[in-house]
Amino acid sequence: MSLLASLTRAELRRRLREGELVLRTGPFTTRIRSDIALVGEGLARLYAAHAIEDADSFADFQVNLLRSGGWRRWIRPQVLFDQGGDAPFTPLPLAQSQPMFEWVMNWCISNHAHGYLIVHAAVLEKHGRALILPAPPGSGKSTLCAALAMRGWRLLSDELALVRCTDGLLAPLVRPVSLKNASLDVIRAFAPEARFGLPVEGTIKGTIGHLAPPAASVARADEPARAAWVVFPRFEAGAATSLTPVPKARTFMRLIDNAFNYALLGQRGFEVLAQLVDDCEGSDFVYSSLDEAIALFDGLAGDAP
Amino acid sequence: MKPALLVEVLRDPQCASALAPRAWELLLSQARAAGLHGALPFVLDDAGVQAPPAPRRHLDWLRTEALRHRDSMRNEVRLIAQALGGSAPLLLLKGAAYLMAGLSTARGRLFGDVDILVPKDSLSAVERTLLLHGWVTTHHDAYDQRYYREWMHELPPLEHMQRGTTIDVHHAILPETASLRPDPARLRAAAVPIAWPGTIPGQHPLFVLAPQDMVLHSALHLFWDGEFDHGLRDLFDIHRLLQAFGATPGFREGLAGRARELGLERPLFYALRYCGRLFGTPAPALAAGGPNRLQLLLMDFLFERALQPDHASCAGRGTAAARFALYVRGNWLRMPPLLLARHLFHKAVISGRAPAGQDE
Repeated sequence: MSLLASLTRAELRRRLREGELVLRTGPFTTRIRSDIALVGEGLARLYAAHAIEDADSFADFQVNLLRSGGWRRWIRPQVLFDQGGDAPFTPLPLAQSQPMFEWVMNWCISNHAHGYLIVHAAVLEKHGRALILPAPPGSGKSTLCAALAMRGWRLLSDELALVRCTDGLLAPLVRPVSLKNASLDVIRAFAPEARFGLPVEGTIKGTIGHLAPPAASVARADEPARAAWVVFPRFEAGAATSLTPVPKARTFMRLIDNAFNYALLGQRGFEVLAQLVDDCEGSDFVYSSLDEAIALFDGLAGDAP
Repeated sequence: MKPALLVEVLRDPQCASALAPRAWELLLSQARAAGLHGALPFVLDDAGVQAPPAPRRHLDWLRTEALRHRDSMRNEVRLIAQALGGSAPLLLLKGAAYLMAGLSTARGRLFGDVDILVPKDSLSAVERTLLLHGWVTTHHDAYDQRYYREWMHELPPLEHMQRGTTIDVHHAILPETASLRPDPARLRAAAVPIAWPGTIPGQHPLFVLAPQDMVLHSALHLFWDGEFDHGLRDLFDIHRLLQAFGATPGFREGLAGRARELGLERPLFYALRYCGRLFGTPAPALAAGGPNRLQLLLMDFLFERALQPDHASCAGRGTAAARFALYVRGNWLRMPPLLLARHLFHKAVISGRAPAGQDE
């Protein structure tokens, strides 16, 4: 098995051009084709520690990120996504290639991988027990996730919690953590050693920067974890740190609100989610200080303060 | 031209046993592009093909999706029947008909809309009833409304406010303006009742077209339309219908005669020809109904390109031109030239959008 970091830039660009780069992220492989230099640059910075597969192996998804044709090639160039003819995304300015790649990956997984119950949530693990952070955008989920990942928690995913329908374990899907606007500076100050991709300004979500996932988490991407906590985070400026229990039934319903394919899985989805909620403590969490937040979660995980 | 991998696998599913990993990837991707991804796992299961673990996982995901789709569409038909309350016999067409009749054609077939056929004089009563039960019209442009109501064979599609599902209410199977106009009363008169599936007990009677009419409608729908992005899927429907009914006494013998009665010999000729050429479907040979030799050469060139999956790996020399030529032909067959010119002018210039996609 080789890592993406082992490829020279020239070889990386060649594989991208010819559709021969097969990137492994957790349980999935993706064949990426691109004629955009920025895409290679982003992958080299953010996915260096990820495994790559042979060009002739089977890829779960095909992601083509190509420059749009016509006059758009020269004036305000755009990036187009397609999956063998099917293009459910509108083109974006070329500079937004990296966020587009991440969105497209999320789309591919949440629309196809129905062997998992897929919940919009960050997942981290410590001492064998996993923490699920489901939340709508703007709640401070990714900021909290990045902070925990920089302080010894193993990152499983920033965006998609994958609950295996076979055994209810969480499959890691270690990928960059997407941080928006003020969160970028917060994490830079909180963890000066953190490595980032190029910040992208002017997206639909404002300025986006991607935090490279810790190499130690990437290396353990085939180790599933059992969920112990479901915590609904909410950042509130100046608020005191508080953790309030949420009843099981309410936790269940709120997880459904954040799930992508709950209805599609039918009875199996119900069973998997019910087991997960039975095994977990559910809580609402309000925070304004990352240090206090980390101390609280370390305490939950059984670390001495 | 060389047929797509997907076509080879549909023709002879056993050949998938020998596929290399990257060929499996291509097969799944072509199936998605063709709209046949739901059907693929069932085709391979029936042939006893054991896929390697990585593609097998996709086939399992697709089966999950297809079974869920089956259940929700069955339920949708139940809700439509409940809304219409037996005011008129509920006659289903296409996907919903294959599904409710339990035909093998429906296995893994993913479809968006429920199509029903009602007598023209009950059209407005049916529309009113559906509007009262939560469906709303989708085309708000005055021209679009007129286009459907004056020239088409169906109401503008109705969408349910809560469920987002769509129903197409037809009063005929081709537009009022088309060159072929099979009499819908004869289709309705020959329709056959079907039982509700055990899992979804409905109270009101359900009907589908008679077997031969079902094949003829499917053929007409495919070969008298201008859009072929799901052409292969529609041809595969006909293939599976012919297989499903092939053993029924009198079905094969009567097919050509029924086509003559309804004036649908040409679409039947094309359906049998290309089912045979692409899938090797055993079917009765047709003595009549085909075009002259020169025209047939041209049609072979066009259809054999346009019926491949709409996927980058299947686009050869002439594919784009063939699709465009068939698009023009499809419109030509549906409207007299002057009306067509006026329609295309309106869609291109006045409505300011592409003329594609008015109709399924």
